[in-house]
Amino acid sequence: MTKAKAIVLTGNGTNCEMEAAHACRLAGFDEVKIAHISELLYGEVLLDDYHFLNLTGGFLDGDDLGSAKAQANRLKYARVKGSSGHLIDQFLRFIEDGKLILGVCNGFQLMVKMGLLPALGGRYLDQVASLTFNDCGRFQDRWVYLKNNPDSPSVFTRGIEGGIYLPIRHGEGKFYVESNEVLEKIEALNLAVLKYSDPAYVSATMDFPLNPNGSMNAIAGLCDETGRLMGLMPHPEAFLHRTNHPRWTREELPEDGDGLILFRNAVDYVRKTLI
Amino acid sequence: MPHRIEVSLKDQVRDARGERIRREIEHFLHLEVSSVRTVDVYTIDAELTADELRAVAMEPLCDRIIQEAAVDSHSPHDFDYLVEVGFRPGVTDNVGRTAREAIGHVTGRPLKEGEGVYTSVQYLLKGTLTEADVEKIATGLLCNTLIQRYQIMDYSSFSAGRTAFLKVPKVTGESRATVREIDLDVSDDELFAISRDGVLALTLEEMKLIQAYFRNEENRAERKKIGLSANPTDVELEALAQTWSEHCKHKIFSGNIEYLDEKGNREEIRSLFKTYIQGATKKVRENHGDKDFCLSVFKDNAGVIKFNDDYSLVFKVETHNSPSALDPYGGALTGIVGVNRDPFGTGKGARLIFNTDVFCFASPFYEKPLPTRLLHPRRIYEGVVEGVEHGGNKSGIPTVNGSLVFDDRFAGKPLVFCGTAGFMPAVINGEPSHLKSINPGDLIVMTGGRIGKDGIHGATFSSEELSESSPVSAVQIGDPITQKRMTDCLLKARDLGLYNFITDNGAGGLSSSIGEMAKECGGCRLDLERAPLKYPGLDPWEILISEAQERMSLAVPQEKIDDFMALAAKMGVEATVLGEFTDSGFFHICYGQKTVAYLPIEFLHEGLPPMQMRGVWEVRRHPEPRPVDLDDFTDELKSLLSALNICSKESVVRRYDHEVQGGSVVKPFTGATDDGPSDAAIHRPLLDSFEGVVVSHGICPRYSDIDTYHMMANAIDEGLRNYVSVGGSLDLVAGLDNFCWCDPVKSEKTPDGEYKMAQLVRANKALYDYCVAFGIPLISGKDSMKNDFFDGVTKISIPPTVLFSVIGKMDDVRKAVTMDAKRPGDIVYLLGRTAFELGGSEYYAAKGYKGNRVPLVDPASAIKRYRAYSEAVNQGLVASCHDLSDGGLAVALAETAFAGGFGLDIDLSRVVFSGVACDRRDEVLLFSESASRHLVTVSPGNRAKFEETMAGNCFTSIGAVTDDQTLTITGLRGSVVLKGDINDLREAWQNPLREL
Repeated sequence: MTKAKAIVLTGNGTNCEMEAAHACRLAGFDEVKIAHISELLYGEVLLDDYHFLNLTGGFLDGDDLGSAKAQANRLKYARVKGSSGHLIDQFLRFIEDGKLILGVCNGFQLMVKMGLLPALGGRYLDQVASLTFNDCGRFQDRWVYLKNNPDSPSVFTRGIEGGIYLPIRHGEGKFYVESNEVLEKIEALNLAVLKYSDPAYVSATMDFPLNPNGSMNAIAGLCDETGRLMGLMPHPEAFLHRTNHPRWTREELPEDGDGLILFRNAVDYVRKTLI
Repeated sequence: MPHRIEVSLKDQVRDARGERIRREIEHFLHLEVSSVRTVDVYTIDAELTADELRAVAMEPLCDRIIQEAAVDSHSPHDFDYLVEVGFRPGVTDNVGRTAREAIGHVTGRPLKEGEGVYTSVQYLLKGTLTEADVEKIATGLLCNTLIQRYQIMDYSSFSAGRTAFLKVPKVTGESRATVREIDLDVSDDELFAISRDGVLALTLEEMKLIQAYFRNEENRAERKKIGLSANPTDVELEALAQTWSEHCKHKIFSGNIEYLDEKGNREEIRSLFKTYIQGATKKVRENHGDKDFCLSVFKDNAGVIKFNDDYSLVFKVETHNSPSALDPYGGALTGIVGVNRDPFGTGKGARLIFNTDVFCFASPFYEKPLPTRLLHPRRIYEGVVEGVEHGGNKSGIPTVNGSLVFDDRFAGKPLVFCGTAGFMPAVINGEPSHLKSINPGDLIVMTGGRIGKDGIHGATFSSEELSESSPVSAVQIGDPITQKRMTDCLLKARDLGLYNFITDNGAGGLSSSIGEMAKECGGCRLDLERAPLKYPGLDPWEILISEAQERMSLAVPQEKIDDFMALAAKMGVEATVLGEFTDSGFFHICYGQKTVAYLPIEFLHEGLPPMQMRGVWEVRRHPEPRPVDLDDFTDELKSLLSALNICSKESVVRRYDHEVQGGSVVKPFTGATDDGPSDAAIHRPLLDSFEGVVVSHGICPRYSDIDTYHMMANAIDEGLRNYVSVGGSLDLVAGLDNFCWCDPVKSEKTPDGEYKMAQLVRANKALYDYCVAFGIPLISGKDSMKNDFFDGVTKISIPPTVLFSVIGKMDDVRKAVTMDAKRPGDIVYLLGRTAFELGGSEYYAAKGYKGNRVPLVDPASAIKRYRAYSEAVNQGLVASCHDLSDGGLAVALAETAFAGGFGLDIDLSRVVFSGVACDRRDEVLLFSESASRHLVTVSPGNRAKFEETMAGNCFTSIGAVTDDQTLTITGLRGSVVLKGDINDLREAWQNPLREL
């Protein structure tokens, strides 16, 4: 049997690579590679060799020009050493091949700013949304309830009942779109996978701190129309075991954390569809 | 001609940063402003075509969904006044650095040497303001004139184009590479003037030692051979000043002290450090015998202990006080990224797993007049909190534990303690990871950031009190991303075995790092001309002692240098060979072919004789308040819950990422609504294991006003009882001491030096006594001894403060205990005895008293009880546990209740009291801060087993958890003396700092 292979991209300020790789392993990926961006730029690692790309959290270039902006710019222009190709070509080929990309926090910011999400009509390098400063004006580390949209095409959230509970850790997580039409399309196509909600996962909310950043339509996670590309501000890789839960010493909880399901769905999809 | 790109948010996009500034202007400057909008300005001093400039403005510098960019023009915004704030020349500009790289990606050609991108921010103010108001806003809030410049424009002159913008802050200078010789054949007065005027911070005695060295005929002959005159060069004098500085040499802790106690008994102490700190560790290790877990103590950048057979744990805590007083943001940011490099540069190098931080400030609501040079405590609070936020979060290291301590004397100097733990395989490439060595012939390699004038004289400056003339260049600003790139790269190099030795470039710069490394192998030859500079114009001595950040120094074997340099280049890390290590016995510094410093390693490191000091202890009595007998203490509790030292710090803590790396087990906040204050943190460094690292701390400067011996004892006990509370193992626990003192050496400026020295001696005695009794080895530490402000008129000395950090292990984190009450019906126990010990308490402080009855720690009964409690935790018998500290039993009960979302029904008559009957009063039982106590809840089903496990120790049940929402405390007379709704109590606790 061919191996299910995941890659976690790091470098220039990325910092959740270890737990993201751990999540992939726990979920059942046979091979998990933590690759520094320089390994891609030197042609030592090829995205083509993997099925699932993780763009994880961190502070790419310190978020100095706005979160993930400098990396989006780098990926757009960077050439792969010893070849005539740009790195961005590997990304587009990866998408074309029907593979999976999950962007978390800084990785989500990167995908949105590269135009990989929501990529309406399959226009993958056309930025129509952004993530900007939280309304409260501060970085926040707190746990949030995320209501799942069962009608979304996302392959990552299949089987989630109600919603999931995860931590957010960001200063620029407010989801913002170019125009109302974009927002309408996102809603009409059910691309808003996860929304900040009340603890019972009944309704989306704009109230702080349940909605920690003032995101438009309370959008916390977004996918493209294929459902194979998804990004979210909360950190699924930060809740893999019940001891990660802020109230695990007082509540009866299953061993596995809520975040694991995204990675399990990824490996299932890879096994059923890609190998 | 430089170009300006102005990037502003579109009108319909909320400007959260502007709104925050508006609120702060109103809150702190009491000025009405109707709106503040912000604009990011990039001044590009580089050759770009018009097309390139447009492309740069449209893409990396601007997010067109939310922003718009104007190239060499202005975005059409309405305002009354504009304030633009930019950096002074040479100040680290991280955003500018990133923009520079981004532009290189767009154009396909990196910017040239001398070209640059400089950032500034415009604040567009609307409101009825005068020019003077705006000046006040600029200097009082927006701009720290030490590192920044500002420009104010009113709308009419702006729109008429009558004003010019800030000049490009480019550092221009020529490389003259001047080396001066200093004639030391002068009078004593002139000799001392050389030290004072040059910010060398050397005493006359020290200057005379140097004078003697250079007068010595043999030394002169040796110098002549290498082409140097009999006079020292400025490079040599600066190197000696750095190496001999209090900051680097710890002269006070290594000196000789004559100590007299209150009875006049005389004692000679040869080095506080050797006697009490190293002495305690030696004794504890002996006592532990074959269970000793220390691997490397006091000799490397951080301490190393065993975590398990496969991994070692590294820990260090530093302070960054003086820089934080001058530039709170930059100083604190540098503090955290600086301490990161300590565990990183320990042994063969450790991966960083968490940060801790403790800040001591004056009240942010301080309203008394301040000396002009001091920043308002609120600005220090804001800046420090934000600096550590950026430093920690951007480095991807969770901040898991810390606290804020308030005392108005910290207006004189804030204390900024930053700690970092590291984790490394016990064996790397077949060698123990905590050991390293240098071979002569190994190359000197510097990696990371470039050298500028940043932080010149940082080491000598922190060895002096803050004054009107503190140097501007003493401030550095950290750059977490350059450092993150470097650490990513060096961990790979470590695993590939590409270097032999690694150490940090901190205080004293290359002078210290290479000086220390040269001691390992017996010499070095370093060429300063090869050092990469941020800008031209640095003299050799400046290159040698610059404290520019984000640099590590390494010893790389010649045969591995090509691989090392290739890896660094690939990962975008600057690395430079600066010379080689030798066994010549000399610290040999060149600039090109010319020798600029040539000093024997021995003179540099061992040439300084111990300082002679004196400490005289006297017991100082403070007024005692009269006993208070109230029918109802509820209001007393509420005001204590709102005291700055007790109230919730959640608004600060939530700004720190405490969960990155995925190993968070006990977080800073816990309980039913995630807002109860945890006693300690637990973190899993290995995600496929349930072994955890436990970290906590103790700090109680208030007790220093009574007796620093007991301050120290209580700090150690507080650290340990917090650690024990969550489930930390007593078989693997270590301590780390950070002393922050006011100058304890008697002089004209410090007439009470002998008392302060006695305070220092007493704290050290307690450190030894209690670490030995508790079985806690000290593995590392630091001292900062000049925490005074003196401008010639006003002197503010901080209260003597020790942060005692505790780090250890928990074998199975699934047994961890948090502080929130868990279930109605659970039994509430108080472990430990309560005495009339309100001296130095928060309760007395609220009444304006210090008192004298400071809590006394009985280590023998405490450790026995802690062990029994640990056993109960291991057996899973404990539902919750909270330590008793500031505010005593009443505060611990309130916190346990509202964190759990349940009421408590408590009977004070059941509390075990130790002392005379007349002191057994409700007031004492509620608020006394007696040490070594825990408040524990246990489910009724575990009652028998719990009591059996605790048998033989002082403990008693004092009540039960209830299913209502009320804390009810019955007093000694049988009537209710305190009754509060837990939501009201929580509100009192959360309110004071919520909006900060």
